[in-house]
Amino acid sequence: MTTVSPQKDYREVAYYPGCALEGTGHAYDRSTRAVAEALGLRLVDVRNWNCCGAMEVKNVDPKLQTYLSSRVMSIASEEMGHDVVMAPCNGCYHNLKKAEHDIANDAGSAEVVAELSRKAGHATYQVGKLETIHALDWIKRTLGDEGVRSRVKRPLTGLKVANYYGCMYTRPRHIFPEKDKGPGSESTARPHFMDDILAAAGAEIVDYPLKTACCGGAHTLSDSDLSTKLVVNLLRAAEACGADVIATECPTCHSGLEMHQVRAETRFGITTRPAMLYFTQLLGLALGIGPKALGIHENVSSALELVRERGLA
Amino acid sequence: MRALSEVEALLALDDGAAAPRARAASLLALCEEVLAHWVSARGGVPTDARREGFRLLALHRQGCRGEPSFNACRETCREIAYHYNLVSAEPDHPQAVRQVRMMGMLAMHLYLFVTGKLEVAALGDFCCSSRPLRAQTC
Repeated sequence: MTTVSPQKDYREVAYYPGCALEGTGHAYDRSTRAVAEALGLRLVDVRNWNCCGAMEVKNVDPKLQTYLSSRVMSIASEEMGHDVVMAPCNGCYHNLKKAEHDIANDAGSAEVVAELSRKAGHATYQVGKLETIHALDWIKRTLGDEGVRSRVKRPLTGLKVANYYGCMYTRPRHIFPEKDKGPGSESTARPHFMDDILAAAGAEIVDYPLKTACCGGAHTLSDSDLSTKLVVNLLRAAEACGADVIATECPTCHSGLEMHQVRAETRFGITTRPAMLYFTQLLGLALGIGPKALGIHENVSSALELVRERGLA
Repeated sequence: MRALSEVEALLALDDGAAAPRARAASLLALCEEVLAHWVSARGGVPTDARREGFRLLALHRQGCRGEPSFNACRETCREIAYHYNLVSAEPDHPQAVRQVRMMGMLAMHLYLFVTGKLEVAALGDFCCSSRPLRAQTC
């Protein structure tokens, strides 16, 4: 299995935005690209990419989902010659990591992937040829905390941030072999990469104990009341921690938090204060990028107002 | 074991007057009851064993057997245990009131997740989409 290598160059990576970043998570895509440009990092879009299988395909057949993710990895590694693919969406990141794990550890999955790849007429993805990283890993590995700190033009001073990682960035633990490796590595129990990056950007990070708690994301539409209750508790906890902002690194989490914040107010009369911003939007602001270039006007919550009020725009 | 509705009412109680250590103990007991309901609902007998000193963590592990997506509340349980430790170790610490309040929110989240999962079995499956693999290791 591919491991983190200090020799590897993460400044140019294959970029797999995934479906959500072309839809509800458009601002995440926009801000990720803007941050890359500001930092002189190169994102090369995976050619002709397909859905990672998201939530739906696994219900048809988990091995089909593994194949779909493997096709993206095959294109990035075999056709484009990359050894790193960066996926900012937790769902895509999770599914690519899971596919890597499944192909390596489950002969049945490997067989299905090989057969479907042959039928589709592309090379079968070879385990270990590509390292899948998240946007958080990408910033940490290219710049590190010091690198971020040295590039800050407009520190996020006084902005209290609760970092919400959601579920798929750390669960299940065994598909993330590079995590929990001690100092410098990410923790699955208490992730901190987003905390580190935004602290380096000058934000005040609040201690938020629900950073990986379930938001009911997959049930947002089918069981809306349940999702709303879970999200309200997440928002209230952030509020109780004194947070102005909940920083996100997943389009599903982000839209779930925003949507249920509105739903809680309109349906149940529950008002909560924190605004939601992608961590790339916050980092972009600190790097001196304007809010429009970061898509902050696309956010549903009162992010733009807050940013203006704090003199960050 | 109290009814879940009774547990919810007790969790929702913003008992600012209670001493932090007493409230933390009460919250921990309520969380254990929530998990005991989950185990019972699935035909099991809630364990009295402890894991890392906590019945809560033993109950969580028991609740995961055959249901890997229940791991979606693993970190919530561990944070509850962590906050309990903080408050009981230093109940007079200036942050103790805040910590016990956070513990209350964690406890409420556990309640919402577990009662939600009792109604909608697939809750938590999203992050546990490698169910077949997890089932082997859980």
